[in-house]
Amino acid sequence: MGRYVARRLLQMIPVFIGSTLLVFLMMYALPGDPVRALAGEQHVDATQIAALKAEYGLDKPIWQQYLNYLANLFQGDFGTQIGTQRPVAEVIADAYPITVRLAIFAFVFTVVAGISLGIIAGLKAESIRDRGLLGLTLVLISMPSFVLGFLVQNFFAFQLGIAKPSVSLEPTNGELIMPAVVLASLSLAYVARLTRTSVAENMRADYMRTAVAKGLPRRRVIGVHLMRNSLIPVVTFLGTDIGSLMGGAIVTEGIFNIKGVGSLVFDALGKREGATVVGVVTLLVVVYLVASLLVDLLYAVLDPRIRYA
Amino acid sequence: MRGAKSAKWVAGAAVIALAATACGGSDSSDGGKKNTSGQPAGYVSIDVGEPQKPLMPADTNESNGSYVIQSLFTQLLDFDDKGEIVLTNAESVETEDSKTWTVKLKAGWKFHNGEAVTAQSYIDAWNWYANVDNKQQNAFWFSDIKGYEDVHPEKGAAKSKEMSGLKAVDDTTFTIELSNKVPYFNYKLGYATFAPLPKVFYDDPKAFGQKPIGNGPYTFEKWTHKKLIQVKAWDEYQGPNKAANKGIQFKNYSTVEAAYTDLVSGNLDMIRQVGPRDLPKYKTDLGDGAIDQPYAAIQSLNPAFYSKTFKDIDPKVLQGLSMAIDRDTITKTVLNGTRIPATSFTPPQVKGNQTLDSDILKFNPAKAKELIKAGGGVPENKISIQYNADGGHKEWVTAVCESIRNSTGVDCVGDAKPDFPTDLEARDNNEVKGFYRGGWVADYPVNVNFLKELYHSKAESNNGRFADKEIDELMAKGDKADSLEASVAAYQEVEKALVDKMPAIPLWYYAINGGHGKNVDNVKVDFHGDLELTGVTTK
Repeated sequence: MGRYVARRLLQMIPVFIGSTLLVFLMMYALPGDPVRALAGEQHVDATQIAALKAEYGLDKPIWQQYLNYLANLFQGDFGTQIGTQRPVAEVIADAYPITVRLAIFAFVFTVVAGISLGIIAGLKAESIRDRGLLGLTLVLISMPSFVLGFLVQNFFAFQLGIAKPSVSLEPTNGELIMPAVVLASLSLAYVARLTRTSVAENMRADYMRTAVAKGLPRRRVIGVHLMRNSLIPVVTFLGTDIGSLMGGAIVTEGIFNIKGVGSLVFDALGKREGATVVGVVTLLVVVYLVASLLVDLLYAVLDPRIRYA
Repeated sequence: MRGAKSAKWVAGAAVIALAATACGGSDSSDGGKKNTSGQPAGYVSIDVGEPQKPLMPADTNESNGSYVIQSLFTQLLDFDDKGEIVLTNAESVETEDSKTWTVKLKAGWKFHNGEAVTAQSYIDAWNWYANVDNKQQNAFWFSDIKGYEDVHPEKGAAKSKEMSGLKAVDDTTFTIELSNKVPYFNYKLGYATFAPLPKVFYDDPKAFGQKPIGNGPYTFEKWTHKKLIQVKAWDEYQGPNKAANKGIQFKNYSTVEAAYTDLVSGNLDMIRQVGPRDLPKYKTDLGDGAIDQPYAAIQSLNPAFYSKTFKDIDPKVLQGLSMAIDRDTITKTVLNGTRIPATSFTPPQVKGNQTLDSDILKFNPAKAKELIKAGGGVPENKISIQYNADGGHKEWVTAVCESIRNSTGVDCVGDAKPDFPTDLEARDNNEVKGFYRGGWVADYPVNVNFLKELYHSKAESNNGRFADKEIDELMAKGDKADSLEASVAAYQEVEKALVDKMPAIPLWYYAINGGHGKNVDNVKVDFHGDLELTGVTTK
């Protein structure tokens, strides 16, 4: 087990380098010059632009820029934003906590509501409550999150007046519930459906019949025998979902005016702030890597047949 | 089996612990003593986003930053809503020959840190701004001043730290000598870039940019990046635009829709622009609070005169294309009445705006066809309009194209660039294939600002590379004039001549469609479309 973890951790290094390089190249391939764009329609003389580019090392060939970036990164330096002249690390540190909170809220909601709904439906497949859940999740899956966001905002904030339409500067936990539910809705639908199918299938498995025949209490049959086998596909999905919840918050953060990573990346892309985009993506890659490692380790917990030598 | 079970609970506990710490941390910082929106009493809030750059007067040319700069700094003079000069820090700004200007400052003015505002505060600041080594965005605004080439040579580092044209006579008087006559130079002085700086600035300009000290109606309070900038009314301010409120909160919103939602629910007092989604209903939502007012800005289609389509084009073709555009219908329907059809190359709010004695801006498909034919037609019978897709231009570009296609048969397509940086790059590198979308907001309310800066063959913002000797000569005449009136009149002649040259097709003037909530009053709009914050009162 220990060796497996170590190997997995080592594998993260090439993935990490490869993904940052890719993002770096993509930013570089985009047309539009971040220094020039600062001036807008106004003209700036070429010497001044060249001087600014030299200051930020943007005049060097791309491979050199990348090496410099990596070298700085390993010393903990994420670079400097061109426009605001603030360190990227500071900018990200401002934006990350709120997105992490939002993602955790959404994640917990997805897990709790998604799995419970899935079990309830799966235990009695083809019943009315099962069909009801399938219908509801179909609606959630097919509805774009900005539509859902506006609907929820309009209904709870303006029609009922029980919530604020957008979060305040230092959002309280209560304010984050509505955006988190909107953010979670899509994954919730997937989790519920995955759980439902896998529960419904395992209900007919031999080991279930054996467990029931042994006279085990129903709680134990479902809680241990059924759940452990049914949760494997769900856990796989949840693992990758942590990352996408954080990265995919752009729309939700926009609607509820949350100043998190989503709006940060959107802004930075428009202004061609390469260092900021690469920095945020790098952190997201780390989140993905750690999450998928956790998922793989959880497999062993859920199913002892899966062993890592 | 047992072991596996406990491991599961450990993993679960870790997730819960994470959640608990993440939430706990921010809960304690919340304090719970402020009111719900966190706005101190007597303050007014407005949706002004994160400035693009640190807050330095000469490095800010976008509207978020300049809103804050203007609240913190006061220049020599300002303009009223009709575009007339109002002296603020200056007692007088005078000239006899349009070349040497004498500025007298009002006595007793101070910076927020107590330092006196003197002639030297201005001279030092301007020299620093203009210096090429300091890489200030607006450095070229000082290029009229004698000795600019020494501090800002075309290539290389600055040769001198001072412009020879700036001289202090005494503590409150200084003279500005220009390298050429500029009859409207005093109007330029109203631009925020000409603000003075206190001595502490030079110790650490970078730190100053995060925490500026100015001489304006408000003092800097705090800047929570990407969220909020707060400034407080300054009791000792002596200018005519003393704050009527206790302070301002500049709040950052990710979208105009989010800001509008907050305005309607009372969490925000003022909004600068209502988004397309809410335009149809904002007047009913806001009632008296709805703001719908034109300001000095124009949108036009600019031909790239180096492109295959418009190289050596007969102006008659451009006149024809201009007449093929149904401005009335497009502004009313596609643009929801947020624009006013243009009737000349300059907006009505600037000095020297006139009614052109020509019908090139009127919709007339028959004559449009005739003119295009007389001019020899459009090469390949096809034109394109370049625009940035991130700015809400797609709808009207499509409508203009439709109008041109229907009335003349000339094929027209939109050439979308994904965002503004890409659009600018194509313009800078002479890669525009046909028209590009041009937009210009007044820096100072004189017609020169809309003619010389855009259509002089050497103008820096002349991205279509329009070059015409006759126009340049006419402009030179206006620049040599001894008085502002003569200069404005000369530029009116330039504008009349432009009708036969067609450096651009004027489309429409801008209007601000903003609004304010029930908690504030006296919200006015200045000539370049900014809400005037000092006069806003709270109820």
